[in-house]
Amino acid sequence: MSGRRPYVRSMNGWWRRDPFFVRYMIREATALIVAAYALVLLAGVLCLAQGEAAWNGWLAQMQRPVSIVLHVLMLAVMIYHTYSWFEIMPKTMPALFVGGKRVSAAAITMTGLAAAVAAAAATFAVAWMLRP
Amino acid sequence: MKRSNAPIFWGLFGAGGMLSALLGPMLVFITGIAVPLGLLLPRDLMSYPRMLVFAQHWAGKGFLFAVIALFIWHAAHRIFHSLHDVGIHTGTLAKLLCYGGALAVTLLALRSLLVIGF
Repeated sequence: MSGRRPYVRSMNGWWRRDPFFVRYMIREATALIVAAYALVLLAGVLCLAQGEAAWNGWLAQMQRPVSIVLHVLMLAVMIYHTYSWFEIMPKTMPALFVGGKRVSAAAITMTGLAAAVAAAAATFAVAWMLRP
Repeated sequence: MKRSNAPIFWGLFGAGGMLSALLGPMLVFITGIAVPLGLLLPRDLMSYPRMLVFAQHWAGKGFLFAVIALFIWHAAHRIFHSLHDVGIHTGTLAKLLCYGGALAVTLLALRSLLVIGF
């Protein structure tokens, strides 16, 4: 073994140096909330499979104030996830041409956000129609 | 030449990202805020008999499975690729934990939805 100790630059706080990187890190961090919500739903499905008592237990957990507060926070992060998803859409999808002209990044983002609003409205409408 | 398995994970990431971008906010609002509080929607919307009917119908079952599975695969892929950014050197173990976790969630959801029946 040689006594070399190569210099390794610290990565601490690299993303805090530039607002662009901060936005990038927040965008990536939304995945934690998407995962958390998937686990909330998984717990619900597991309880539903176990019967009425287990399901009512899950419902009771969802009604706790701490759960409501966490879901309000999750909602805020989820909305940011939607926004950031369509914000980077022009970079993640292949170039789109309509009538020989390239569709602008802003048009792609706005179309995506409009689709998200429509999908949210449709989801609420389905829930509304399914209500007792 | 060995073919890369990256397109599969990328595809699941993209599908989950799109589904969660379109439906995620409203689903969180409905299941986590509106129904528990009885705000805009009645609490009985998610009562046991109603949820059972929903989960036993092929469309409801498929919806629940798609949402849980695609959300978790999206998140697993994104978290795996972000590990490097927070200074964690990834290898096979990290990949197994991220994608294995997503697979476990997928299989648990699938099993429960099959137990619930048709």
